[in-house]
This record gives sequence, C-alpha cells and structure tokens, in this order.
Amino acid sequence: MKSDVLSMENISTVTIDYRQYLSTTEVAAIEHEVSIMETREAAGIEALKIIQEHRGWVSDDSLYAIADLLNMPEAELEGVATFYNLIYRQAVGQFVIHLCDSVACHLTGYEEIYQTIKSYLGIDYGQTTIDGKFTFLTNVCLGGCDKAPSMMVGKQHYQSLTPENVVEILADLAKQESEND
Amino acid sequence: MTELLKRPLTQLVNLESPLSLSQYISEGGYQGASKALHEYSPKQVLDLVSNSGLKGRGGAGFPTGMKWGCVPMFADNDDKAPEFKYLVANADEMEPGTFKDRYLLEGVPHQLVESMIIGSYTMAANRGYIFLRGEYHLAAKRLQQAIDEAYQHNWLGKNIQGTQFSFDLYVHTSAGRYICGEETALINALEGRRAIPRAKPPFPQMSGLFGKPTVVNNVETLSNLPHILKHGAAWFKALSPDSDSGTKIYAACGRVKTPGLWELPMGTTIREILYQHAGGMADGLKLRGLLPGGASTDFLLPEHLDTPMDFDSIAKAGSRLGTGGLIVLDDKSCPVAMVLNLIKFFAQESCGWCTPCRDGTPWAVEVLTRIENGRGRKEDLDSLHNLCDFMWLGKTHCALAPGAVEPLKSALRYFLDDFEQHIDHGCCSYKQSTNQQTKLKGHCHG
Ligand SMILES: Cc1cc2nc3c(=O)[nH]c(=O)nc-3n(C[C@H](O)[C@H](O)[C@H](O)COP(=O)(O)O)c2cc1C
Ligand code: SF4
Ligand code: FES
Repeated sequence: MKSDVLSMENISTVTIDYRQYLSTTEVAAIEHEVSIMETREAAGIEALKIIQEHRGWVSDDSLYAIADLLNMPEAELEGVATFYNLIYRQAVGQFVIHLCDSVACHLTGYEEIYQTIKSYLGIDYGQTTIDGKFTFLTNVCLGGCDKAPSMMVGKQHYQSLTPENVVEILADLAKQESEND
Repeated sequence: MTELLKRPLTQLVNLESPLSLSQYISEGGYQGASKALHEYSPKQVLDLVSNSGLKGRGGAGFPTGMKWGCVPMFADNDDKAPEFKYLVANADEMEPGTFKDRYLLEGVPHQLVESMIIGSYTMAANRGYIFLRGEYHLAAKRLQQAIDEAYQHNWLGKNIQGTQFSFDLYVHTSAGRYICGEETALINALEGRRAIPRAKPPFPQMSGLFGKPTVVNNVETLSNLPHILKHGAAWFKALSPDSDSGTKIYAACGRVKTPGLWELPMGTTIREILYQHAGGMADGLKLRGLLPGGASTDFLLPEHLDTPMDFDSIAKAGSRLGTGGLIVLDDKSCPVAMVLNLIKFFAQESCGWCTPCRDGTPWAVEVLTRIENGRGRKEDLDSLHNLCDFMWLGKTHCALAPGAVEPLKSALRYFLDDFEQHIDHGCCSYKQSTNQQTKLKGHCHG
C-alpha cells in the first residue's frame, strides 16, 4: 500500500467475514475453546493455534477472520499474535526446526549443532529452505536439559544431538511427505 | 518406610506408558481425593496442608497453606462469598535447566488431576486450568486423556463421587514466552492477552483470572497433596527431618557424568546430588561453579558443596533454591560466555513493561558480548555492576529482571578474574582451549 498523504481516505481497513473464510471444523474447534472461557477474546491464543494447526501459519487474512469470529479488534489480536513465539505470522516450511539455545545446551555443544544445521540446510535462523521443507528457528530451553543438546521439529522432540545424528534426522524428515508420515 | 512412602511424587511415574485411571487407582491413586471429599471439610484440608509445612516448588518457596488461606471463602461470610473461583496449575516450566514438571506431567498425569481436585475442593474453586507450555505436546496429549477418563468416572464434573462438590478441569496450551510462567502474566495469557505481569496488589487470590479469586500453584507443589492427604502432615514433615518438609525433585545438567533428576528428601546436599546421583563431573573436567535452581539463581562454588538444598540453607549461602535444578559449570567452559547466554535469554524474554528490564537486559548483553569477543573495556565491569543495581528487586513489576541479575552479579564476584582476563588480553582463552584441548589461561593466540 502506497500513500503519500496520511488522511482517512488513504487508510484502508480490512475486515474479513469469518463465515466466508474459516472452515466449519475450524469454527467448531474455536467455539469449543470459547465455551470453556468467560469471554470470547480469551480464546484468542487457542484460536490462533487452531488456525495454525490447519494452515501452517497465521496470515493477515486468517487473523482478521479470527478477530471477526471472536468479536474483537484486529489490532488487539495482532498484538497478541506477535507476542507469542509459537505463533507464526509468516509462512513457514513443512517442518519448523526449533533448536534450543539455552544454557544447558550451550554448555553441551549447541554451537556445533547450530553450525551443522546451518551449513547442511544452507539457511540461518528465521529462514526457510528454497524447497519449502524446513524453517529454522531458535527456542528457549525445551525441558530436555538432561539429554542436551535438544531441538523440536514440529511436535517431535529430539535429544542428545550430535553433528552426525542431527544430519540423519533432517535427511529422514526431508524424505517425508508430511509431518505425520 | 517403603519406597512408595519415600518417593511419593515419582514412584508411579511411567514415561513409556503412564498409568490409566484404573491402574492408578489400583496403586492407591485417588485415595487422597476421596479422603478429602468424604472425610474432611475444606477448612480441615487447609489446616492439614498448613501443618504439613508444604512450600511452593515453583521457585519462590511461599508456604502453600498461607497462600490458600488468603482466598475469600464461603464460610467467612455467605453473602459476600464470590460465586466463582479458579485454581490454575502452573505447568509452564520454561526456566532453563528445569525439566521436573515435564517428568510428572508425562509420567503420571492422573496425579496432577487428583491434586487439582483436592486443591479446588479446599478453596471451593469451580474451575481449574492446567497452563501447559506449548512445546510439551506429549504432556498435553496425556493430560487430556487423563482428564477425559476422570470425567468418565465422575472424578471431574458434577457432584464428584456422589458429593456436593463439582469441578471442571481444562488444559490450556500456551504459545511460548518464559514470562507466561509468572503467575499474573499467566493469568493475562489465560485471558487471551499479551503475557504482561500485573501490578500487585491486588493479589490473584483476591482478584485474578477474569477478576475472580485465583490460586496459581506449581505442578510439583500440587502433586504433593494426594500424599499429604493419605499419610498426614507428620509423615510429610518426617520425609526430611532436618529441613523443609517433604521431598524435592532435584536435577542436574551441564557436563556431568549422568545428568538427570531424582526425588530426594528436601535438604539433600549439593554434594550428594552432584556426586552420588549425577555421577560427578564428566571425564577430564573439574567443577567450577553451579546455579542451584535454574537460570535465575546466583552461582555457588565448590566450597558450597555441603550446603543442604533447602530454601533457607541455599539463601544463607547467597543463592536461591529456585526450581532445584543444578546447572553445572565446568572448568573448560567460559563463565563469561555462560553468563552471556543467560542474559541473552532474559533480554529476549523480557515482556518490555519496565524500563530497567526492557533496556537493562539488552544493554548487559551488549557489554557482555563485547567482553566475550575480546573488545571489552575496563569501565565495562562498572557498567555491569550499575546495571545489576538498576534491575534489582523493587525496581520492576516482576522477578524476571532481578532473576537476570542473580547469575550476572554472582559471576562478577566469583569469576572476576575471567572477566578481567578477557578485557586485559582482548580474547577468550576458553575458545582457544577447546580447539587445542588444553587450557591456555591468560594466553590467547591468533
Ligand atoms: C519470570 C518468571 C517465570 C516463572 N515461571 C514459572 C514456571 O514456569 N513455573 C512455575 O511453577 N512458576 C514460575 N514462576 C513462579 C510463579 O510466578 C509462581 O510463583 C508460582 O507458580 C507459584 O507456585 P508455588 O507457590 O506452588 O510455587 C515464574 C516466576 C517468574 C518471575
Ligand atoms: S521485570 Fe521485565 S519481564 Fe517483569 S514485568 Fe518488568 S519488563 Fe516485564
Ligand atoms: S537448555 Fe536446552 S533443553 Fe534445557
């Protein structure tokens, strides 16, 4: 959007009718979360996660549709969405790697694992491989400190990583069609 | 004492396949809840928990009975009694070096469900949430299974086990950020907001979730309840005769021989945990220091090894028991780099509300990065000390910033030589030593 003068006519607001955008399954799952909370907005975080589960990430349009469904301002939901690191506000690859960079992993070989993944996939933190297979992100302590270094790919935790086994894990994943294979 | 009575929290843990409801019951499960519901009044449970001396395992060590005692109860004044109350299990567990709650959540989910029933009965809470960190996917699945089973068998829902008491329990999975573990930030997160802590007072026990009285307790704290109900306050105290009541799930990570976790009597010494259970340092390494209870506690030194790991003794030694998870620093790892890693964590996880924390933590990262990379200046040490004062207790809305100060300030005190050598020699000697397998302290080449 290009605008030279800031006046009301130049600000376009977008609203998306959730009924045209969200599937009935998505709406049902979100309404279930609403039903166990005292206010509609309280289901916002779960709603973002539900949409992400179905669509991989939360696009602007998804966000507007959720705001519409929950009857809350888009900007407020955007504030919520961008606060939490497990909500992806950009498109991500088929597998999202969350490598733990906290202290126990730092002490037990994080740097080597980081360098290995970086050179094996040819991407750094925040990037996605060209084939759309992997996105590479950090994570705080994954609660696997006794078997550090540790990472999470999708919903799967991998522990006791070495430069050798991390490459094997990624190579195996690259062969899979979907996360549930 | 039988094994079960010595290690009540973890005895029934099965990580491969946790006990189903009927298996859990056949091992004595739900007897604590049954006793509470059928034989005790809420006030009697409260007194029992107060007498047991149970203190919070979430980091601050606040007496649980006292915390619950602040909740306005029906009995006090029927007309003014709030019609809705909440009990929340804090299963956010994001303190680096801490993995004890995960063990309980994945290994014995019914124990937490039973604990929540007892806790909610005591404060007449109508609804409970388990606030679970988003990364614990397996725990989420297992908790939900346990909750579903409990509903099917009338351990949750309306008129539990034929009593007047009704209670609903839900799992809320979080979407990340360490600050969610702070109890008022957690409440904001549950309300669907950004997880910014709240100014206190009012305390959550008076006005918490959706403005209703709310108690937030750590998973390990709550998990003690069924056992206290079953075996009594005297038994609980006797688990650790010379120290705070009960057992504690201690852990060790870093370069030790066998990292892991162990349920031991409260007040077990650091030495016993590190050398007997964690097997001592990994081959070729010496102990340099350790954080006794997670990332936000002060370093202790080898001279502190005989300190009992309980709230008062660790405080006397100059640190905090925190979560009871040792993070061990060896002699071939750079203390400056370790502290930099810790402070980066706090800077990234600051919620940004208070200026000392929002600005102070990244500033400390900048200074520490400079020192670690050999570009440090003499004045930098003064800057770090100033930052420690700037972020200390009472200057921020929550304990994240003081928590960041603890490892930094103690490192400046105990490992000052290392900081000075980085500055004087313009490099980190440990980086050299990992390449060459020998430590060239004070001499950096290249
Ligand atoms: C930044 C920050 C993070 C925290 N994270 C956790 C956590 O992950 N789990 C937890 O039980 N307590 C955490 N706490 C402590 C809680 O605020 C609270 O004291 C605790 O849940 C109370 O439970 P307890 O009385 O059973 O110990 C955190 C505190 C702070 C300041
Ligand atoms: S101390 Fe830091 S984390 Fe805590 S409220 Fe203030 S800015 Fe937020
Ligand atoms: S520090 Fe990496 S899993 Fe805990």
